[in-house]
Amino acid sequence: MTAIPQSGAYVNFYQEKRGFLSWLVTEDHKRIALLYFWAISVFFVVAFILGLIMRLELIAPGRTLLDPQTYNEVFTLHGVIMIFLFIIPGIPAIFGNFSLPMLIGAPDVAFPKLNLISWYLYVLGGILALSTLLYGEGPADTGWTFYAPYSVKTGTNVTVAVLAAFVLGFSSILTGVNFIVTMHQMRAPGMSWMKMPLFPWALYATAWIQVLATPVVGITLLMIVAERTLGIGLFDPALGGDPVLYQHLFWIYSHPAVYIMVLPAMGLVSELLPVFVKKSIFGYKVIVYSSLAIAFIGYFVWGHHMFTSGMSGPARIIFSVLTFLVAIPSAIKVFNWVSTLYKGSIEIRTPLLYALAFIFLFTIGGLTGLVVGALATDIHVHDTYFVVGHFHYVMFGGTGFAFFGAIHFYFPKIWGRMYNQKMANVAFSILFVGFNLVYFPMLVLGMMGMPRRYYDYLPEFTLPNQISTVGSWILAIGLILMITNLIRGRKGPKASSNPWGSVTLDWTHTQSPPTLYNFEKTPEIERGPYDYTDYEAYIKKNLQS
Amino acid sequence: MSGASNFVEGVDLAFYVILGISSFFLVGITAVMIYFVIRYRKSKNPKADTSITGSNKLELIWTIIPTILVLVMFYYGWAGFAPMRDVPDDAINVKAIARMWSWTFEYENGKKSDKLIVPKGKPVKLDLISVDVNHALYVPAFRIKEDVIPGRNNYMWFTANQFGSYDLMCAEYCGLRHAYMLTTVEVVGDDEWVEWMKTPEGESDLDKVAEGFNVIKMNGCVACHSSDGTKLVANSFKDIWGTERKVLVNGEEQTVIIDSEYIHESIYDPNVKVVVGYNPGLMPSYKGMLSESDVNLIIEYIKSLQQ
Repeated sequence: MTAIPQSGAYVNFYQEKRGFLSWLVTEDHKRIALLYFWAISVFFVVAFILGLIMRLELIAPGRTLLDPQTYNEVFTLHGVIMIFLFIIPGIPAIFGNFSLPMLIGAPDVAFPKLNLISWYLYVLGGILALSTLLYGEGPADTGWTFYAPYSVKTGTNVTVAVLAAFVLGFSSILTGVNFIVTMHQMRAPGMSWMKMPLFPWALYATAWIQVLATPVVGITLLMIVAERTLGIGLFDPALGGDPVLYQHLFWIYSHPAVYIMVLPAMGLVSELLPVFVKKSIFGYKVIVYSSLAIAFIGYFVWGHHMFTSGMSGPARIIFSVLTFLVAIPSAIKVFNWVSTLYKGSIEIRTPLLYALAFIFLFTIGGLTGLVVGALATDIHVHDTYFVVGHFHYVMFGGTGFAFFGAIHFYFPKIWGRMYNQKMANVAFSILFVGFNLVYFPMLVLGMMGMPRRYYDYLPEFTLPNQISTVGSWILAIGLILMITNLIRGRKGPKASSNPWGSVTLDWTHTQSPPTLYNFEKTPEIERGPYDYTDYEAYIKKNLQS
Repeated sequence: MSGASNFVEGVDLAFYVILGISSFFLVGITAVMIYFVIRYRKSKNPKADTSITGSNKLELIWTIIPTILVLVMFYYGWAGFAPMRDVPDDAINVKAIARMWSWTFEYENGKKSDKLIVPKGKPVKLDLISVDVNHALYVPAFRIKEDVIPGRNNYMWFTANQFGSYDLMCAEYCGLRHAYMLTTVEVVGDDEWVEWMKTPEGESDLDKVAEGFNVIKMNGCVACHSSDGTKLVANSFKDIWGTERKVLVNGEEQTVIIDSEYIHESIYDPNVKVVVGYNPGLMPSYKGMLSESDVNLIIEYIKSLQQ
């Protein structure tokens, strides 16, 4: 680490170095966060458009605009991009990178070069995934789960798609390692573990899953490649393999990966609430332990993705019990968030709206998760639109809305400007209404018995499909409004260094935008992360110093 | 017994219990959240009570109560599911054969059908056989589903309680025509079923062409091969007899004539000579499933589609 520059004129991290090249070789965690931000946003918009196309195809039975092969490729690409290129890296790579060092009072992450390499791996993986559009038999048509033996037999570009996921796995592992070391080694003096803010805690729990679980899926995906190119016979029964083995290996990673996707979002919500309620998060320690509990129990529940695969009865029963256990720490978090509001002094600003929407939508996602966690009910709704509705409530309603909330929260810190807040609230409302119109009908469709990954459907499923498609247009309008408002916001009025009145280090001790190494001098921790007693005096004192 | 099958009651009870408790919590949590946001908004409550940081008593309450509730939900889920694994000894055995993208049902006496025909009120056990990739047999009205996985002998059973025709779908993604892998379960009276079982297929007054059509219908060929010139996944049967086609043999192009020899080979070893422009690996081999005489009937049928 180079020495922190002597205090003098305020030079923010954009002004430190100029030019396109300076971004491509940067080791600054904030610039790397922004590199991720732009790349991830592009992939998100691409996959969102693919989702709109799918919904349009499903507006009526029969062919609307795609042939079935294209439809199958579209839903696979939508899933692969959304999972591997948006939801998994999204919050840790962007907001983790940007604010984790600042939240713990550090000048950067522990391994800045490794951080940059992770970004290049991400981009390489993304390009590989999109390249499958351009040659051979077209993009994979297997669904993002790449289930064998279909994935071994199909002529589409499964091998490259799987290699893309493999490369992205490395990006994820390296980010995880980096964050773990950062939190162990670089917390500011006085910041004991139990004084560390909750977003870092969530990233910590997440990072362990990234490091421990991702190698399993990496190996599994290589096994698919070996099966396709060498015909080894691991999963293809025609060669003596077992298709269910693939499902076990795949979900041993991919279920914990669900918590890679949602834990950081939970951490963000825990971070946002106290700022707008102006009092401590309720049950800090319990939220910390529940994150760790989710990360731990999350390793043992993968079998619930396979309740109909022909597992033995006892195996199904054990996986069902464990699945219900992992619901408890999530429920505890929800109760603590709601209690945080009690006797607060609540300012309803855009980031808070997203955080509250997260609680509502995630609760629906979690409660519908109980339906698919119970054996009898899962047998009926397994592999139906109920599952599609359920995981979009968790992933999009949960993580997606937390992601949007985080953009609105960190916007003034990242760009030093403020967007139009009224317009932001309007965009939020449209997104919220559109979201529920898209995904609630899917829960109904699943209960009625419409299987997922269906290009065409029986006439009795028409009405909910039509409502869902109309909802997708409203959702798109909300998204366009949100994005244009944010883009215009970069030319908005200058924001102060702490416009929300937060007491965490990223707001109290840094400028907006921050300087290269964030802090003029290493901050010393005097109080708990969410101590809002006389916060105005505390903020003022640090501004002057 | 209410419901179309013996499992409907148990499964639906689990749904009511879980969705009931869930709705209660969703409404409660949302109402409290909205109430707090309005009651403690800044204009009404300018100063927050910063002394509140948690409560061990509350944490204990909202750990224990949800734990009990989820165990209750687990119980109903288990109770509705357990009988699904417990096949009665007197169940009628039917083989459910899945392939891309059709179903065939083979009964104890060797009779085959493309719809599942079962008698009302009698337990039926399905042995699930896939000849290619993963499928899942799903009858929403019966609340039953189980994956059909190649190389694995999965099973399921049910007793149909009401006459009628019920949708049977594939619920595990299996490629191009996954959404069209549909048929029905026909629940008929006991006598009617016994009568139907006694009528051996193919012994009616069908001529060879009609018998050939019966063979391709029963074995799912029609899912990919049309008879009217429509290109589905594979060549249509219409007007192909005696024509020339370019095929790939180990990556090299050859010309073949569609004759008896080629059709035999294509049915038993479908991936040896694949017509240029079509994907190899999609058609399963019918070795052991179609006899020589079956193949000859198919050839008669294909010949009949000649103009």
